[in-house]
Amino acid sequence: MGDPVDVPASFAATAVTRRWVPLLMLLASFVVAGYAGFRLLSGNPVGVGAWFVGSAVVHDLVLFPLYAAADAALVTLLRRRPALATVAGVPWLNHLRVPAVVCGLLLVVWSPLILRLSAPTYLDASGLSPQPFLARWLAVTAVVFAMSAVVLAVRVAKARYPMQRSAS
Amino acid sequence: MPPGPFRAGFWRSPLRGPWFTAVLGAALLPGITLMFLTGLASYAAYNPNLAPGNDTTPDKGLLGSWLPTWPASPSWLYWVNQGVHVTLGLVLIPIVLAKLWSVLPKLFDWPPVRSVTHLVERVSLLLLVGGAVFELVTGVMNIQYFYAWPFSFYQAHYYGAWVFMSAFVVHVALRMRRMGTALRARSLRTELRTPLSATTPEEPDPDQLVSPDPAPPTISRRGALGMVTASSLALFGLSVGQTIGGPARSTALLAPRGQDLGEGPADFQVNKTAAAAGIGPVDDSWRLELTGSANLVAMSLSRAQLLALPQHTARLSIACVEGWSTGLQTWIGVRLADLAALAGAPPDARLFVESLQRGGGFGSATLSARQVAARDALLALRVNGADLTADHGFPARVVVPALPGVHNTKWVTRLTFLPASPPPP
Repeated sequence: MGDPVDVPASFAATAVTRRWVPLLMLLASFVVAGYAGFRLLSGNPVGVGAWFVGSAVVHDLVLFPLYAAADAALVTLLRRRPALATVAGVPWLNHLRVPAVVCGLLLVVWSPLILRLSAPTYLDASGLSPQPFLARWLAVTAVVFAMSAVVLAVRVAKARYPMQRSAS
Repeated sequence: MPPGPFRAGFWRSPLRGPWFTAVLGAALLPGITLMFLTGLASYAAYNPNLAPGNDTTPDKGLLGSWLPTWPASPSWLYWVNQGVHVTLGLVLIPIVLAKLWSVLPKLFDWPPVRSVTHLVERVSLLLLVGGAVFELVTGVMNIQYFYAWPFSFYQAHYYGAWVFMSAFVVHVALRMRRMGTALRARSLRTELRTPLSATTPEEPDPDQLVSPDPAPPTISRRGALGMVTASSLALFGLSVGQTIGGPARSTALLAPRGQDLGEGPADFQVNKTAAAAGIGPVDDSWRLELTGSANLVAMSLSRAQLLALPQHTARLSIACVEGWSTGLQTWIGVRLADLAALAGAPPDARLFVESLQRGGGFGSATLSARQVAARDALLALRVNGADLTADHGFPARVVVPALPGVHNTKWVTRLTFLPASPPPP
């Protein structure tokens, strides 16, 4: 979204090409985008347009601020209360962050199945039960957090008993 | 300048910078290219140019009228293509999100427009970001049967891909050199050995991705890239089994088709149940109609008559556009080529297949002469040693190597052999 824009080396000679080549490339891409976009919008211009722009807006202005704020709150709390931030000198923040991101993403991606938003169509198509996904996600989440906790425990043990570590 | 995110000092992550963005970009470049190619192949696999009924986007014009006819070998072609398209799409989600995070301050560039080129580039970036998220959202929702949108999936996902790619190609062309420069500025090996305690911001860059007022780091670059990788691996590991099938299916815990059905002859995945297709019990009065243009012999065959014809066995996996497969099953039935010969159809005839199905999509499909002639292309009557079940298409269904799942028509009622060249539009 910034400039200056790069220009292929062979064109780099003059300020004119530096300015016009990128512009012409962009305009050429708009011709293709317009050709496809006309067909994309033809079925339902408002509906498609809303989903297309809405996808970017929901990510940039809803999803991102939410996860960024949650993370910032946690980081700020741990900065103010440093005693909370470590276990035996080992910081645990990322042992919470990583499993939370992994499992949160699994929830977002598979939310139609996990939250049964599409249960009737799923059943019609597959003949399979739409039931098991919530329990499966909870089980996966438990395992991922447990794995993270085990790694933390190993690091804490290494910090507490450095002699054994160097002896081994 | 307005306050908040429009001020550079608002963005304080010490990890943002051209190197971090370039690493993610370097991963997305081949990934997205492969997504587009497999997506295009997936569309071509429906043979949209063979007959109007095969085409889910008939107004495509230059965006696909040149696509070649889809082959019938190797038999795993569509299976692999679709497995890659869907599974890779899932794997790319964390990388796309991380890439968007890494450049998010640029969304709030102030002033919002500095020059004509800058304005045009920002419009192009709306198509890039909107297109990427739109394609991922529609794809992910479609494989879960969550049709919450007010438009056709095929149309939206196909034309949306072209809009996205038009912006993607020019984005790559304009940023390729900068990506290369940024990647050379740091060594990936070194970064992957740098712990949190030694993590420092990148050098200030002309794009101002690097924060002017970075906060102390709370995670290393190694840790952040590891978190993205772990997310991609989790999505991969918990879904790829639905593509592979067999014992691997039970590992696809969160994928739509990760439920193992058992060991019986009919215990494999279906795309549409008989109940959903409006198929009641089919009795002995069922006849297969075998017809063609006026000069071809018209006949009708009972199931017993079909079973009395030479039976051919084929080991084939049916693969769905949604990325899952049935895994290899043993199909037994009459070769389509034998039925063509029986009907007196010329060797270059296409085949129009119709189902008893009432309503819903894909109740018929047109197969190419090459697909009809394929050695393992069958009108299947039995599977894994037992009669077809209602859900698998009793009394008869089509199975053709490398054909998209929905074109392997179930509950077949009529086969019509058509003249070689499609009628003029």
